[in-house]
Amino acid sequence: MTATTAFDEMFGLSAGYDARSADGVTAAYRAIRQWLADSPAELMAARRAQAELFFRRIGITFAVYGDAQATERLIPFDIVPRIMSRAEWTGLEHGLKQRVAALNAFLADIYGSQEILKAGIIPPELVLMNPAFCLHMVGRKPPGGVWVHIAGIDLVRTGPDQFYVLEDNARTPSGVSYMLENREVMLKLVPELFDQVKVAPVETYPEKLLETLASVSPRTRRGAHPTCVLLTPGQYNSAFYEHSFLADKLGIELVEGNDLFVRDDIVFMRTTEGPQRVDVIYRRLDDDFIDPLVFNPTSMLGVPGLMAAYAAGNVTLANAVGTGIADDKAIYSYMPEIIRFYTGEDAILSNVPTWRCREPDALMYVLDHLPELVVKEVDGSGGYGMLVGPHAPKATIAAFAAKLKANPEKFIAQPTLALSTCPTATDAGIAPRHVDLRPFVLTGADGVRIVPGGLTRVAMTEGSLVVNSSQGGGTKDTWVVDDA
Amino acid sequence: MRIRVDYSTIYDYERPASNVLQLLRLQPAGHDGQHIVNWRIDSDCDGHLKPGEDAFGNITHMFYPDGLVQRLALHVTGEVDTQESHGVLSGSFEPLPAMAWLRQSDLTRPDAGLQALARQIDAGDALASCHRLTAHLFDTMTFDPDVTHAHSDAAHALSIRAGVCQDYAHVFLSVARQLGIPARYVSGHLVRADGMITQPAAHAWAEALIPDLGWVAFDPTNGVCATEAYLRVAVGLDYRDAAPVRGARRGGGMETMAVAVTTRDAGQVQVQSQS
Repeated sequence: MTATTAFDEMFGLSAGYDARSADGVTAAYRAIRQWLADSPAELMAARRAQAELFFRRIGITFAVYGDAQATERLIPFDIVPRIMSRAEWTGLEHGLKQRVAALNAFLADIYGSQEILKAGIIPPELVLMNPAFCLHMVGRKPPGGVWVHIAGIDLVRTGPDQFYVLEDNARTPSGVSYMLENREVMLKLVPELFDQVKVAPVETYPEKLLETLASVSPRTRRGAHPTCVLLTPGQYNSAFYEHSFLADKLGIELVEGNDLFVRDDIVFMRTTEGPQRVDVIYRRLDDDFIDPLVFNPTSMLGVPGLMAAYAAGNVTLANAVGTGIADDKAIYSYMPEIIRFYTGEDAILSNVPTWRCREPDALMYVLDHLPELVVKEVDGSGGYGMLVGPHAPKATIAAFAAKLKANPEKFIAQPTLALSTCPTATDAGIAPRHVDLRPFVLTGADGVRIVPGGLTRVAMTEGSLVVNSSQGGGTKDTWVVDDA
Repeated sequence: MRIRVDYSTIYDYERPASNVLQLLRLQPAGHDGQHIVNWRIDSDCDGHLKPGEDAFGNITHMFYPDGLVQRLALHVTGEVDTQESHGVLSGSFEPLPAMAWLRQSDLTRPDAGLQALARQIDAGDALASCHRLTAHLFDTMTFDPDVTHAHSDAAHALSIRAGVCQDYAHVFLSVARQLGIPARYVSGHLVRADGMITQPAAHAWAEALIPDLGWVAFDPTNGVCATEAYLRVAVGLDYRDAAPVRGARRGGGMETMAVAVTTRDAGQVQVQSQS
């Protein structure tokens, strides 16, 4: 687990890195290796420049909090696709379906009869006293029984067959617009490569998402077309580009809180032709802001009365309210047990071994081994507020130790994984860079839908393990290729 | 005691407002010591009242007045029979596990002052701690309606040692939860012992879960446990969860709100008139 040499997805573990060498190349990467070998440095540079131009034209940007230079900037895109074989993907897909089914069962249970707490599998305080456990959802059942309609499961790879789930994103996972845009740009950039390699399509994602949303509409009258909308916090949100992009691809209205209102426990959208009833809200707005009558009373972004309409069963929110508890990293550490409890099976996808700092023995171990561990806030995301021990100066580690001692229950720790690397175009030529993968799993009342692949994030800085776009990471197109 | 409540809340907006809607927690649920004889919620605005129930077990109504509204009056009238139980609650509907009531909220989150108070109050025993806390707040805080507002938190109220019943309750909750005692906010009405029937606002106090007794109601504003003079309407983690009215509207400009409550012992009046 703590191997210092990373597994490279093109070359395996063989030493040296010559992107043009044919030695040790994995089967899935053969065509890419050849493509790289055939592309002189100037051509790669020209392609990179062209890709950047495409993205500028599309206007795809991402606001980076804490970056004084620019509130919006282009996410670096790497033109070398990340390849997975169909067999590798099929294995992951089974694991993802199992995991998301367990997440949904877990949420239904903790907001329902709480069998898993009664069985002593998870300490009750970890759920009941967790700020992400939404008391307002206790005893409620979302339409169709689905809690997590859209899940983003972050995976990392450390060896030929070793994949680990790094974290679950069940609140409002983002990034799918990059998956779609990256594919569009690659199709324009290197159409010839798509002729040689049979790449599984991801373009069907918007269609699958719309089917998923429609399947959980509370109005199931035959022939009735449910009205779905995408609720955004507005243009100042870091993911606003994605919100408008997805609404456009799905062919649904992009709305802000002000565009909706509730009357007699029914949600309506203001339109030029008068109020139109809304059935399903794909909301990209956090729980705390969605209804000032129930949650944060100062929120101007939400819809007053929305929770009343939701409780009355007149509207579906995707994802359901209260799913954020599943993102908690202390809850994550129990996922193997959660999967076994609800599915009766062992987890197909492994968890990264995790120390829960709330437990005194674990805390002691973590404090003694900070320079080799990654420490994260249980409710953190986006790579904010975490310590990567091996890359942190002594003073940072000491400061972090103090934070950890003051509020141990707020942190978990994990070994620093040697994330796999993929060939990446850098200014100094093709070089290995660390990657992760976020596939998107859609769950409707009528089943699970997944497009093959997902969003590959790549740490553009040599040796860096932090792939988050909020921390300057880039993205790659992800190809699931049929074995030739 | 037969408690009779007449409770009016009148909102006046500067200009007509549209899309007015309100979440009401104005109707009490019964329990062993509290029997609802009759209860009515009325408004001078036409509209729809949709009943519901929240996760804390409170009876809720969504009120959707029709059209444009410039003045909105809510009138609540009702009679409830209560029995003396020395603050011990029984037969209440409890949809949440006890541990959920250990959570601090935005309005009860402890600061250094509240942490110090918790250490000072800790009597090693839940019941003794709650009695000590009730007496301490009654003795050291000053009732003053002009120093805090609806969104003031426990830390602020403790720092100025003053506030209204809502603030006393929030300080109580913050300290009790720090001591590992599940506790909750209660909004309701009180028949005052001093005979003052007309009050400027509804009342608020706290309930704490005491081993072997169950939920026990403590009123730190008056330094006592609840008696049969207390009518319990709604509970929550803090004021926001149990607030009698939470509303929203479009337009309307500034708002003024006037509250008038009369709470009296209806049986007493009858007895007197008969004698």
